[in-house]
Amino acid sequence: MLDKSAYWRANLRLMAVLLAIWFTVSFGFGILLVEPLNAIRFGGFKLGFWIAQQGAIYLFVILIFVYAALMRRIDRQHGVADD
Amino acid sequence: MDATSLSYLFVGLSFALYIGIAIWTRAGSTNEFYVAGGGVHPIANGMATAADWMSAASFMSMAGIIAFMGYDGTVYLMGWTGGYVLLALLLAPYLRKFGEFTVPDFFGSRYYSKSARTVAVVCLILISFTYVAGQMRGVGIVFSNFLGVDITTGVIVGMAVVFIYAVLGGMKGITYTQVAQYVVMIFAYLVPAIFISLLITDNPIPQLGLGDTVNDGSGQSVLDKLDTTLLGLGFGAYTEGTKDTIDVFAITMALMIGTAGLPHVIVRFFTVPNVSDARSSAGWALLFIALLYTTAPAVGAFSRLNFINTVHDQPYVYIDDWFKRWEDVGLIAWVDKNADGAVQYAPGVPFAGKPEFTGELTDEGARAITNPPSDTRNEVYVDRDIMVLANPEIAALPAWVIALVAAGALAAALSTAAGLLLVISTSISHDLLKKTLEWELTDKQELRYARIAAATAIVVAGYLGINPPGFVAEVVAFAFGLAAASLFPAILMGIFYQRMNREGAIAGMVIGLIFTVVYISWFKFIDPASNTAEHWWFGISPEGIGTVGALLNFGVACLVARFFPAPPESVRQLVERIRIPSGVERPHDHP
Repeated sequence: MLDKSAYWRANLRLMAVLLAIWFTVSFGFGILLVEPLNAIRFGGFKLGFWIAQQGAIYLFVILIFVYAALMRRIDRQHGVADD
Repeated sequence: MDATSLSYLFVGLSFALYIGIAIWTRAGSTNEFYVAGGGVHPIANGMATAADWMSAASFMSMAGIIAFMGYDGTVYLMGWTGGYVLLALLLAPYLRKFGEFTVPDFFGSRYYSKSARTVAVVCLILISFTYVAGQMRGVGIVFSNFLGVDITTGVIVGMAVVFIYAVLGGMKGITYTQVAQYVVMIFAYLVPAIFISLLITDNPIPQLGLGDTVNDGSGQSVLDKLDTTLLGLGFGAYTEGTKDTIDVFAITMALMIGTAGLPHVIVRFFTVPNVSDARSSAGWALLFIALLYTTAPAVGAFSRLNFINTVHDQPYVYIDDWFKRWEDVGLIAWVDKNADGAVQYAPGVPFAGKPEFTGELTDEGARAITNPPSDTRNEVYVDRDIMVLANPEIAALPAWVIALVAAGALAAALSTAAGLLLVISTSISHDLLKKTLEWELTDKQELRYARIAAATAIVVAGYLGINPPGFVAEVVAFAFGLAAASLFPAILMGIFYQRMNREGAIAGMVIGLIFTVVYISWFKFIDPASNTAEHWWFGISPEGIGTVGALLNFGVACLVARFFPAPPESVRQLVERIRIPSGVERPHDHP
């Protein structure tokens, strides 16, 4: 017997963590805190500018693959995998 | 061979490829026509999604817009990529498990109501037609600039090609054509980007070149060089924006949730075999998109620098031919305010409006204009859209690169147009005729109506491309605002808030939609003169108002839902079912 609510809670927890990272980096670092971060150099870039126009996009890709991989594990643990 | 013959060759070859694929993969059932049989590999679907998503605007206009906006261009870069995180985490897996054909299907079932389905169909058609008109226009512009045919002929050729593969192949044909179009498009984008990165920094990777040292011996990095050059000319620094933080925040958010709510993007995730494929496919899609979206800011910065270096303080007679060629098309103009025979580039507009040419040439050989000069020092009018198209010429790249860009721009426009036309035709044959009007249709008949609807939609889109409503650019804000304020919140609550009922969802969508439409229409069409920060609510521009519309949608929906009964037991079970990945079905052929 699978415990649907435990599965759903695990899913929501993972989602909340990943969305918090998503928000902090894109809206937090890339927009709200961009000026203080621009004081830091990152190679030939100002850090805030690099996050806004490069770094955040790389992070978005990574977040989705991390979600897909961890959810696959959670699916299996709870016996609801689709393969 | 010269650039024009090469362009004909490349464009012809790519078209032959698309049509070949369409014939090879033609659809035999509604299942194949609507969702490609539900068996597309997640990586292939990722590529198709990327091609579907990246339009003529992404390919041709975005880098140019960033070149002139600097940091403020961030709203497009993050806004049009971050939405995929929302899509992958919040929508795609559950909608795939839901297992029907269309986005309005979800509204009809989850909110147990034909009205909800109809509202969704109306939003979908509005959003998709606004979008597709811009694509057809893009096709026309490429044809006229690269192949020397007029815009009308260009649009008709584009319509014919889309007609063949969208009407024949349906979703199945489109998916595999889009895979090919993605490859053409990304190759065509990266090759000139690599050339121009090498030219300016000696670094072959544009993403790294953007942070590298300029090879002119100054020892400065590209961005520092741009900052000092622009400050010297009286502009603001490239790496610092001019928009208010709250507006940057709101626009980025509106584009992200708008992206996640766009029907032609969502429906792509109905085509993969199961739920975990829907999740990873979103990752692949964004990876393929990121390849172009991380290159664009580099192209933008390089081309701004290159533009200033080749144009500013140069005597007109010594400037390269590309300047004159774009002058001929009316996208560049020069007025010699200080009569020194050289071009000065400075902040502000050189004159009001678009150039009005007298038809005569000045002493230097430039096209004379009638517009009264403004009181700025700037003498150059340049249309932002030409940056990507002109880049190969500005950087003096070989003719085959120019031909490649033509084929790539067409791939970008056609792939997006086809995806949009498909969701339009699906929503007409499936949602409107079959589900709302309840026509008794066999699978064969429904397929025939889907094809007729696709053909009609192509003709309408072509008409809009030849006779654009004059505000295509403005209308893009509409598409995202509508998707953000109407579809996204209702789908999200349908999955995550079991208590949400049809009354709440419909009230939320209608209020969110009306608010957004009125706000955008007011500032864009009714009183454009007042479209400035001091008149905006909370300092949020029409481009970003979808964020407020979405919040309003959530708020109204939750409030209204309290006063009406909870959804029936069958809907509760539906929500339970879509939250669990196992037991996924392929969308069934309706008997």
